Amino acid sequence: MSFDPKALRAEFPLLMLAQPPLHYLDNAATSQIHRSALKAMSDHDMFQRANIMRGTHRLAEAATAAYEDARARAAHFLNAATPDEVVFTSGATAALNLVAHSFGDTLRPGDEVMLSLAEHHSNLVPWQLLRERRGIVLRFLPLTADGRIDLAALADMLTPRCRLIALTHCSNVTGAITDVATVVAAAHGVGARVLLDGAQQVQHGPVDVQGLDIDFYAFSGHKCYGPNGIGVLWARGEVLAAMPPFLGGGGMVGEVTPEGSTFARPPQRFEAGTPAIAQAVGLGAVLAWLSMLPWRAIRAHENELLRRLLAGLRGRSDIRILGPVDLDARQPVVSFDIAGLHPHDVCQVLDRHGVALRGGHHCAQPLIRHFGLDGANRASIAMYTTQADIDALLDGLNDVVAVLR
Amino acid sequence: MNVELYQQAIKDLARAGHGSGRLSAASASTRLDNPLCGDRITLDVRLADGKIIAIGHDTRGCLLCRAAASWLAAEVPGSSPVQFAAAHRELLALLQGAATTPAIRTSLLPFSPVREHKSRHGCVLLPFETLRRALTEAAAN
Repeated sequence: MSFDPKALRAEFPLLMLAQPPLHYLDNAATSQIHRSALKAMSDHDMFQRANIMRGTHRLAEAATAAYEDARARAAHFLNAATPDEVVFTSGATAALNLVAHSFGDTLRPGDEVMLSLAEHHSNLVPWQLLRERRGIVLRFLPLTADGRIDLAALADMLTPRCRLIALTHCSNVTGAITDVATVVAAAHGVGARVLLDGAQQVQHGPVDVQGLDIDFYAFSGHKCYGPNGIGVLWARGEVLAAMPPFLGGGGMVGEVTPEGSTFARPPQRFEAGTPAIAQAVGLGAVLAWLSMLPWRAIRAHENELLRRLLAGLRGRSDIRILGPVDLDARQPVVSFDIAGLHPHDVCQVLDRHGVALRGGHHCAQPLIRHFGLDGANRASIAMYTTQADIDALLDGLNDVVAVLR
Repeated sequence: MNVELYQQAIKDLARAGHGSGRLSAASASTRLDNPLCGDRITLDVRLADGKIIAIGHDTRGCLLCRAAASWLAAEVPGSSPVQFAAAHRELLALLQGAATTPAIRTSLLPFSPVREHKSRHGCVLLPFETLRRALTEAAAN
């Protein structure tokens, strides 16, 4: 199937309406929303808005069906065994916190959770909080010189007390993709579960959680062309079934008496209260759309732009690229430092060229410090990015230096 | 146009780095971070006879933050804490446009373009807030 990024831009209203033209390269923070999600949310709230579950009137039936259809679409996107393995959350952060609480409640003092120094704070701080609550031990995989997770250290660091290895699927700073097969093989050797933070991976194509042979997967809607305020936790059915609830409230119970409650089966056990129904429907729509796209062509397009960006940055002696500088096992997220120039100043000047870039620690302070920095500039490419966007950034960098030096 | 943020006076202030480096025998020392951007300043203040006589700082931050820290070290020594508080109020008024805007000293005016960029207010205010806290600590000592 052919792929035309310029034509695709017409399906993203903000990109078409932006005046002056926008060179949006902040997709790793939030991608622009696809019209399928906008329409689905709008239609839902106009024509079938009602609370889900238990209602017997026709609107409630329609809303429940739409919500569960969204769950099925998410399951299809992830190649989950069943939609019951999909829990809607408010985003990847909430999904990771859910695991840290509910799976975390099954851990005992001295049990170990393996992380890495490349994690987003969302896959780090919840485990630190669990350490405070449960007395678990956190271990951190080191990084290679180019910022990849050093899996060569895994064998020596794994012990029989390791219950979970929780790693990013793709770094939000370097774009490096984790070698999941190596992690899973090692985890199985000691009976540990594997969690992947997929927040930076899903915008680059469907994921096969069964093929990866993992136990947990988390992602956000707003980074994969979908709505804010909605995300997914996928977990293997038997793992979810063994986990106690996280939040309590309506919708997640069986029988409630003053003495106690019984709890619903997953996924409802983990969806207390009224969920973000319209957002889930919007996410379902966008995941269905993503599931049909020609990903081979999209990857070729994104890699062509990545190659152009890396070449442009490498051509400058004052720029240091953080992370891999080749195209192997990476997504098109590129962080870089310009000698002597603070990322916030860099991004501020680029803004006047219509270039939207992000500067700072990217909620990954241990990784940024690994590079000896306090912050970095980050350009992240999406399927609708064009060569003009990359060139606007590279041209803008000349002005950055002229203004700030 | 945001290039005005980086007018020559601001760049000169940042480049001059007035007060760069820690002070020995400080009356108080305070470290503050801007968690949103990672800017960090550790600031020492030395007081004598009710006046601020020296400011030293280690500032890891953007050009605006470094310019503000440099401004403090260049302009504030010789002032009382009350006089510094007046300057702090003027900067807040400059950035946030208080209803009763006080007269703003000329040396602060290069920071006026920051007013249009709310996400950068914290960059300029961080050194001032750090000094305010250091003075509070010194008073408590």
